Amino acid sequence: MLDLTINTDVARQILTGFIKSEVTRVGFSRAIINLSGGLDSALSCALAAEALGPENVLALRLPYRTSSPDSLEHAQLVIDRFNVRSETIDITKMVDPLIEHDPDMSNTRKGNIMARSRMIVLYDQSEAFRALPIGTSNKTEILLGYSTMWGDMASAINPIGDLYKTQVRQLSRALGIPAEIVDKPPSADLWVGQTDEGELGFTYEQVDKLLFLIVDQRYSAQECVEEGFDGAFVHSVVARVRRNQFKRMMPPIAKVSNRTIGYDFLYLRDWGT
Amino acid sequence: MRLNLALAQIATKLGDVEANLEKHLDFIKRAKEQKADLVIFPELSLTGYVVQDLVATVAHRPTEEDPVFKHLLKESEDLDLVIGFVDEDDRHRFYIASTYLSGGRVLHVHHKVYLPTYGLFDEGRFFAWGDRVRSFDTRFGRAGLLICEDFWHASPPYLLWLDGADLMLFSSASPGRGLTDREKLESARWVERVNQAYASMFTSFIVHCNRVGYEDGLHFWGGATVNDPNGELIARGPYFEEALTLVQLDLNQLRRTRARLPLLRDERTNLTMSELQRILRK
Repeated sequence: MLDLTINTDVARQILTGFIKSEVTRVGFSRAIINLSGGLDSALSCALAAEALGPENVLALRLPYRTSSPDSLEHAQLVIDRFNVRSETIDITKMVDPLIEHDPDMSNTRKGNIMARSRMIVLYDQSEAFRALPIGTSNKTEILLGYSTMWGDMASAINPIGDLYKTQVRQLSRALGIPAEIVDKPPSADLWVGQTDEGELGFTYEQVDKLLFLIVDQRYSAQECVEEGFDGAFVHSVVARVRRNQFKRMMPPIAKVSNRTIGYDFLYLRDWGT
Repeated sequence: MRLNLALAQIATKLGDVEANLEKHLDFIKRAKEQKADLVIFPELSLTGYVVQDLVATVAHRPTEEDPVFKHLLKESEDLDLVIGFVDEDDRHRFYIASTYLSGGRVLHVHHKVYLPTYGLFDEGRFFAWGDRVRSFDTRFGRAGLLICEDFWHASPPYLLWLDGADLMLFSSASPGRGLTDREKLESARWVERVNQAYASMFTSFIVHCNRVGYEDGLHFWGGATVNDPNGELIARGPYFEEALTLVQLDLNQLRRTRARLPLLRDERTNLTMSELQRILRK
């Protein structure tokens, strides 16, 4: 029951097909990705390169002055391994003037500014390269809300958003993403020494199994405890998922007319294509 | 008697009936070149699946005056066709429909009787429920049409069987889901399992054509199949890819299987009826 193993051949076929279909049907042939040096963006990049051809994928490296040198190097490993195009733009000069305006701001605020600056570069370069931005958020972080709205969550399509982090690892290994990236501790690298698991207070291995029971298998909190999960852990994760629902939605529109976007004006994105 | 069947597992453009008609005509041409007698297309093959508020704008009537069906009816003079579409009745109710065209005529229209409205599905919001399950005669014997959720319930195939169908023609737009460590998605395994069971229990041919392609984040897994009256798989289209899969059905297999295994002969419909009446009276 608690096995999150996926068939990576099937996943690869579905996800590359998704990228190809959803990029080309709206008249594009290219994709662009913010390559952080971490695993999620490496996987999205590898899938896009396979789907569209590496010459049609532009990987952006967007370091800030405190970014770990490893992040830049690991991004380069992915660029070299999958032979995609690349561009490096330092975001320090975008970020620092805003931080200097309020030098006492929290790490969270600074991190959000960096994530949103990278979004600005991503969308600007997408226009220059005539490409659609590919998402890099996995199911675990989307459920936990461990991401910045309109920052790293921003994309046109997301091929990996229904894969838990541990499944991202499994698929990444199958696609040949270099081991140093697969095996390193996940980090948003927004400040020195930050790691996802340190900040969240639990490991992906633990929380993925719990989320799989709650979300995919529809277990109640009580049933999760009966399966051996710590009660406090279960309740904190359930609360966290609920609290972050707003991040997973378009802003609700106040209904006054007979036909309102989001409620009774219903068309898929792929309308007419 | 032999039937050359073509399973056209196509991808569609969402809401672009003209483009989808062109694709139908292209697959029909290819099927003709390969001497097919009958081509079966997936559920909502003329419209795409998640039509939502497009329902009224993509609806068509299967008549000679209709700008889409006039072409398909003409093609059906050369080979029989099963087409998926949105049907609109005289009082402007819209149905998920499947029609059998032959010899330039409409032999049968089926309106989907089970509209899944749960999980990722929202059909009951946009469509009217069909209220008939009927078999009909074709030049290959008696047949029946069902659409996707119709055969997730046991009663519609059972009714077709009792109404004389030896050839069950199922069409789907089945979104792939349930990725595990297995080679097949859970949704594909479920559908293949029940179709094999129907073929075995009803000692009939079960034909299933499922679409491929993507609509937003949904994908459709294809894998069209034919099971013979022994329950054996005799054809399968590829997963995830457009394909025209040809297979020859030896219709004499019905006689050989039923001579060995007289499940149809022994079926106690009066017992079923009397027990159903008792259950419904409760």
